[in-house]
Parts: sequence; structure tokens; C-alpha cells
Amino acid sequence: MRSIAGFLAGLVFGLGLVVSGMADPAKVLNFLDLFGTWDPSLAFVMGGASVTTYAGYRLTWRRPAPALASRFDVPSARQIDAPLLTGAALFGIGWGIGGFCPGPALTALPMAAPGTLVFVPAMLLGLWLGGRAKTAMERTSGATA
Amino acid sequence: MELDTATAFTPLASLAGGVLIGLSAVMVMALFGRIAGISGITRGVMGALTPGAAGIGDAGWRIGFVLGLIAAPLAVATATGALPRQTVPDALPGMAIAGLVVGVGTALGSGCTSGHGVCGLARLSPRSFAAVGTFMAAAFATVFILRHLV
Repeated sequence: MRSIAGFLAGLVFGLGLVVSGMADPAKVLNFLDLFGTWDPSLAFVMGGASVTTYAGYRLTWRRPAPALASRFDVPSARQIDAPLLTGAALFGIGWGIGGFCPGPALTALPMAAPGTLVFVPAMLLGLWLGGRAKTAMERTSGATA
Repeated sequence: MELDTATAFTPLASLAGGVLIGLSAVMVMALFGRIAGISGITRGVMGALTPGAAGIGDAGWRIGFVLGLIAAPLAVATATGALPRQTVPDALPGMAIAGLVVGVGTALGSGCTSGHGVCGLARLSPRSFAAVGTFMAAAFATVFILRHLV
């Protein structure tokens, strides 16, 4: 049941990426190219997604618990720390090179472009390495995530 | 990256797609009580599928979610008769570096466009506002350098 519900949520997310154009790196890179072939479409993706989520979260949180879990489990960290900002800067650089963030990269797999087939395994390796780096940085600074 | 061909401005389709992404994020919260962050979900799947892991545990919905993401273009192809068109950069060393840096950065920074950008902003999380400002600035700067300076 949870797997099927998860599949449907992922399918809706993926359809959103395709319909919005965000699954196309050319469109993403053009959004990021303010001084060139600028395409502002992605501002509408982010706007539509954020406003929908803002309203939907507030309706959802009126319920005592989620449908298929015992409680709402949202991140509680408040501190703006070095791993957060370093990680975000690195992510932005990679996003600007490839035009892929993690969701669109996974959704692009069935089209099997060579760039996608190189990007995704590298991203999985990076996720593993980054998780280890985060643990090490937190141990050094004594901070908690 | 020689990819700077113009793409059409698609405000309505992009808004509609954004709403679908938001609906998915709300589904994940309403069903599982979790943030729909793709980098975190993917890490959860990798952790559960690693040899020696203590079974799939709580990761069943995450595995389903990733399969749903991958199935989306196939669903589009079933409905329209063609896979979605896209233009992926074909400089493969660049794509390897990009993938690696995106993976490291999103794991270290605890989120990507979905977890910080969509869900974090909707939660009004100060950490997510800081992360989004940082990755957007880095991405704009990177594209400017690669397309206009190099």
C-alpha cells in the first residue's frame, strides 16, 4: 500500500516535471541565463509548486497524523551552518553546468540521452560521498543536523 | 556547453506542471508525513538497497516514488505516442562533473530544488531560504561564466 501510494506521488511529481518543461535541461539552463537566451518559464514552475505546497501543507497539518504514518516528521534544524551553505553552493554550480537537479535527472532516464546516463551514476556516487562528508563535518563542528 | 538555443516561454504549461509538483509534495506530507525532497528520497533508496542494509524497512514508499518519477515519461509516451522531447548537454566529462557536484552538494546541504526549493519555502524554513538563495546565485553565476566569459 505504501509502495503504491509512493509510486503515485512520484508519478504525479514526474508528470509535473515533464509538463512544466523542467525535465528539459535546455529550458533550465535558459532560465539561468539572464543575460542570454533567457526563458522565465521556470519561475512559474517554482511559483505554482510553492504556492500549492504552502496551501496544501496547511490543510494537511490540520489533521492529527498522516494517512500512512504515525506522525508528521519534518526537519527541525534551524541553524544556517557551513554544510548547508557549502552544499547549496556546490549544488548550484553543478545545476548550472548540467541543467539537471536530482528529480529531472531521474525522470530523464527513459529518454536515455548520453548526458543523462553519465550524470545519474555520478550523482548517486556524489550523494554517497556527500553523506559521508556531512557526517564528518558535523562531527568536527559538534553540531547536530 | 554549446547549448544556448532559445526555448519557448511556456507560462501556462509551466504553472500547471508546478501545481502538479506541489500536489505531489502535499501527497507525500498527507500520506507519509515527510518532505518530498528528491535528493533525500534517493539517498533513502540507496541506503535501503546497499548490501548489508537491514532490509527495506521504511523505504518502500521511497522506492515506489523513484519508480514513479522514472515512469512519468513512459506514461506521457503512452498517452501521446512519443517520449517527451529534451535537449541534454552532450559534453560527457562536464555531465560527469555536474552529476558528482550535484550529488555531493545536495547531500551536504540536506536538499535540492524540491526539498529546499518547494517544500522548504512552503514551510517558511529559514535554512531553506538560505539554501535556495545560495544555490540560485551559484547557478546563475555558473551559467554566466560558462556562456558569457569562457
